[in-house]
Amino acid sequence: MKRLLKYLKPYTLSIVVIFVLVYVQVQTDLQLPDYMAKIINQGIIGKDTGLIWSTGGLMLLVSLLGAACTVAYGYIAVKVATGFSKTIREEVFSKVESFSLREFDKFSTASLITRSTNDIQQIQMVLVMVLRMVLSAPILGIGAIIKAYGKAPSMSWIIGLAVAVLFGMFIVLFTIAVPKFKLLQKMVDRLNLVTRENLTGLRVIRAFNTEEQEEVKFARANRDLTDLNLFVNRLMVIMQPMMIMILNVVSIMIVWVGAHEIGTGSLQIGDMIAFMQYAMQVIFAFLMISIIFILVPRASVSAQRVADVIDTEPLIRDPQEPKRYSPNVKGIVEFKNVTFSYPGAETPILKDVSFTAKAGETTAIIGSTGSGKSTVINLIPRFYDVTDGQVLIDGLDVRNVTKEDLCDKIGFVPQKGVLFTGTVDSNIKFGRPNATNAEIKKAAETAQAYDFIMELDGKFDTPIAQGGANVSGGQKQRLAIARAIIKKPEIYIFDDSFSALDFTTDAALREALSAETRNATVLIVAQRISTIMTADKIIVLDEGRVVGVGKHQDLLKTSPVYLEIATSQLSPEELAL
Amino acid sequence: MMSERKDTMAGKDNQGPQKPPAGGRGPGGGHFGPGAMMPGEKPKNFRRTMKTFISYLRPYWMAIIIVIVFAIASTVFAILSPKYLGKMTNQVVNDYVNMKTYDAVITQFPKGVKIPPGTTGADLLQTAPPALVKKIPADKLAAFRKLDLSKRPTIDYSKLLSLAYLLIGLYLLSALFSYIQGWIMTTVTQKISYTFRQNISAKINRMPLKYFDSRSFGDVLSRVTNDVDTISQTLNQGMTQIVTSVTMIIGILIMMLTISWQMTLVALLLIPLSFGFIGLMVKLSQKHFFAQQQTLGKLNGHVEEMYGGHNVVKVFNGEKKSIATFKAINSDLYESAWKSQFLSGLMMPIMNVFGNLGFVGVSVLGGWLAVKGTVNIGDIQAFIQYTRQFNQPVMQTANIANVLQSTAAAAERIFEFLAEEEEIPEADPPVKLESVKGSVEFDHVVFGYNPDQTIIKGFNASVKPGQRVAIVGPTGAGKTTMVNLLMRFYDVNGGSIKIDGVDIRDMRRADLRRLFGMVLQDTWLFNGTIKDNVAYGNIKASDEEITETAIAAHVDHFVRSLPNGYQMELNEEADNISQGEKQLMTIARAMLANPPMLILDEATSSVDTRTEMLIQQAMEKLMEGRTSFVIAHRLSTIIHADLILVMDDGNIVEQGKHSELLAKNGFYASLYNSQFTAPMVEG
Repeated sequence: MKRLLKYLKPYTLSIVVIFVLVYVQVQTDLQLPDYMAKIINQGIIGKDTGLIWSTGGLMLLVSLLGAACTVAYGYIAVKVATGFSKTIREEVFSKVESFSLREFDKFSTASLITRSTNDIQQIQMVLVMVLRMVLSAPILGIGAIIKAYGKAPSMSWIIGLAVAVLFGMFIVLFTIAVPKFKLLQKMVDRLNLVTRENLTGLRVIRAFNTEEQEEVKFARANRDLTDLNLFVNRLMVIMQPMMIMILNVVSIMIVWVGAHEIGTGSLQIGDMIAFMQYAMQVIFAFLMISIIFILVPRASVSAQRVADVIDTEPLIRDPQEPKRYSPNVKGIVEFKNVTFSYPGAETPILKDVSFTAKAGETTAIIGSTGSGKSTVINLIPRFYDVTDGQVLIDGLDVRNVTKEDLCDKIGFVPQKGVLFTGTVDSNIKFGRPNATNAEIKKAAETAQAYDFIMELDGKFDTPIAQGGANVSGGQKQRLAIARAIIKKPEIYIFDDSFSALDFTTDAALREALSAETRNATVLIVAQRISTIMTADKIIVLDEGRVVGVGKHQDLLKTSPVYLEIATSQLSPEELAL
Repeated sequence: MMSERKDTMAGKDNQGPQKPPAGGRGPGGGHFGPGAMMPGEKPKNFRRTMKTFISYLRPYWMAIIIVIVFAIASTVFAILSPKYLGKMTNQVVNDYVNMKTYDAVITQFPKGVKIPPGTTGADLLQTAPPALVKKIPADKLAAFRKLDLSKRPTIDYSKLLSLAYLLIGLYLLSALFSYIQGWIMTTVTQKISYTFRQNISAKINRMPLKYFDSRSFGDVLSRVTNDVDTISQTLNQGMTQIVTSVTMIIGILIMMLTISWQMTLVALLLIPLSFGFIGLMVKLSQKHFFAQQQTLGKLNGHVEEMYGGHNVVKVFNGEKKSIATFKAINSDLYESAWKSQFLSGLMMPIMNVFGNLGFVGVSVLGGWLAVKGTVNIGDIQAFIQYTRQFNQPVMQTANIANVLQSTAAAAERIFEFLAEEEEIPEADPPVKLESVKGSVEFDHVVFGYNPDQTIIKGFNASVKPGQRVAIVGPTGAGKTTMVNLLMRFYDVNGGSIKIDGVDIRDMRRADLRRLFGMVLQDTWLFNGTIKDNVAYGNIKASDEEITETAIAAHVDHFVRSLPNGYQMELNEEADNISQGEKQLMTIARAMLANPPMLILDEATSSVDTRTEMLIQQAMEKLMEGRTSFVIAHRLSTIIHADLILVMDDGNIVEQGKHSELLAKNGFYASLYNSQFTAPMVEG
């Protein structure tokens, strides 16, 4: 919570003004019972109609003033709270955009999303509540206590008692209920889990005829949830009747004790009624304050999560004095004794990896799951930094140039075709914002996307839904490829990027691509031997080490690991090819 | 649509039954959260939905009547109490006035004068000069006449005490009735929610797969959780609220009228006025609330997308653009957020002003009437309490329409789901195969996922017991259609599929499915132990059988290296074991069920080579002697298959053996050539 407070600094004046306005408003609230007492004591008992009118008029003016203050500070409070969260949101988002994959791993993408959205909403909501409603509570409470004490000091104990009883009730209820709330959440999650499993496993459940078994499982989760819900709700329905009851008993006590005071002549009737009002204000103020105890912990958890993001400095940053690439060298990727460990991992995922990929060549990396193939690729655009050794592009260490210069050289096609909300056009243009229509068309053609784009209702202007939900996996991959092609990069990186394409498209795409990438460096990561059999250079990875470099036919003879992979995937006939 | 309901699970923890305490009230007015201002969702057919809904309530009619009666009773007691509190005050005031009068009279007498017992004010007045008597107001005079002057009057505490007891009794009764009412209503609500969820769950199992294949399961999930929650929440409070609000309004009106019709008029005059203002605020703020909701959805969408595609953004140097977009949306959000929050927050001060206006009006008029002697102070006090209590039920009643509507919308979605078409009934009487040989015949099979779009047009094939059928085709060619048809997840539109000569539609679905073991690439495992997952198809299997099968399926080895071995819990995503291990487990699962026939899906790229070999071996073992349908990716499987079905665009375009098909030089041949011989081609 504290770490975010500095973002409230620009609003210091506003908050001071809020305090002043709240103070005035509370004073008006506290005046009203006084006027009422006056009306009763002097107006009604004293039979002074004129006084009733004049005091009544004054009362209205005061209450209007109070309302004006409420509106004014409501306005400022809302502006402060929403402005504050706007700033925080921007801070968080910009910060996350500067993160490397290492920070993404640390927080996890899902958690970063929650922190940038829900957590900040939560903080905003609580801030509005606090500034707008809760801030006045202590002022009102103290003011009302002073006023009430002024009217009838001997009766103040009633207020104390009422507050104590109410708090006692809350404490008892919440100590029973709060652990149950947590449990309740678990049961809701459990029910969701069972339902989700039922839906995702529909075919398996039916295949194994286990519908009844699943229904029993669901019924158990449902029953558990219902039972606990019953308990918690039955407990919580006590609250309202109890509270009203306590407030009412307080009124009776005031009249009863007040009557004795009046009997001895130490209290006036109007003052007793005013005292009753003050008592209610005090209790109300205490209730508001108790809301803080519910709200603030909730918000402070969120605030902490948000502050954690803001306070994280990305480990990978641009160098102070970046070097510039010479325009003459193009597309040489060199790994020099690269070792890399993921944070917290016992053993490095890459050990002493060295190779060079040259322009005009296709370099393929193959290996089984966990051999470190994708890690090699992640080191090139500096998603991660090496633990040891060097990654050089065109002779310069990737750590010595700006990320922007580095990435300008790279055309990257991820495993899953990641698309963004927008249009077909805007997605392809993501690779080069100033591309002309002719270039877009050309890139789409090369990526074998042109035909299907023309079949879409809006052609290149067809909207793409969030996450590319409205195009198929194969279409996504082709658009992602077009996005990389249009950039005309020096280095192409394909991370297992052809898996969702059918054979004819695949073949056509490769042919078109090979013309496009003639002078570029092409790096391909693959699981399947057939994908990379014809590469100029194949690098075989096993448990993070390079265990073979060469062409397909050579590797079959020299690399046992390669041979093993090949035998597991290809038939003897093919091996002989 | 998606962005509205996406937070199915994420937002859950804010919607628990935990609410901040309702809070007391300052002068004149309650608090209304911004929720009261949200535009509600509208049902398509309110009347029909309500009718169905009421049929769910029917079993609880007794309880509901009790709830209504108790709610009314509790409210009535609550309404009566200010009147009696007022009486208490009156008592104090009267006695106090008498005391003052006595003191005033007594001081007129010389000291030491004894007034004989029984002397009243009336006696004294007879001796007083008429001019003096005239000065005393009528009500005071009447009180004075009755005043016993022989002793100094005090406040009648015993009378006060009995009033206090009465009041406490009323409060207790009101609280008790309110609690009982709440208790019963909560019970009814939870039971109904339970029934809803139970019905939905049972319904899922009776519906054809077609339904689920054509929509996201998030939609169904949201009915089980969000919609049922909405109903239970509004049912819990809404029902009681309607009853108490209406009772309150009527009751308070009556009580007000018994005190003074003039004051009632003043109090009522303010209601339309304040409602006009509030209506205006609601209207103004709704627009901004809607905009806020929309922008928030947009913002969340952008964040999800940019974070999800973080490396793409990075590598294409797209951060600046992404931040610029974010800032634009964020500014929009700020605008609509502060406006909607501010406008909805105006409600409270407005209510306050009107509350105080009423307060002054009642005081002035009450004071004037009190001077005239028509009402007394206790009545004014009671009246003020009534005006305070009046606002809330009126607000609530005004909001009831909204609440009912959103409940109905939620209920409607549930009812729609429950009314969806179910699977066609089982054959009657069903044929049961005693011993299965495993011959499968496709006889002029016609099928399409949509009736107007036939994809399989008259397919014939005959598979002999123990034969191996390979299904091949490019990705997306509809290879799973064969699985769907064989397992009767979908029924053929024409022709028939026969097992050992029996049309599969003449068997019970369960009996048919028992004939097949199914191992799909989409390995479905559930949250539970490894042992439970392996034993899924045969819960009666002994530990030994499970271990034996596990050894045969190459599962035993890796399971033993896991923490807790067979008792290890698979987590929610089952991602604490690898994809390949999962696939081995599904093979073991099918093996343990020991079916006469098989449907298999060969592993593709997400499995490493060693595991893949193990999977291959396990599958071979499983297929021994069983009629098998294999969705094949491996060349050796295809070449050695007894029959190859070549699929494209959902249809079976060619069938035959490898050599025959190659000789045909058709689709299969081109597929084979591109897949297994062309350069740089992926499987």
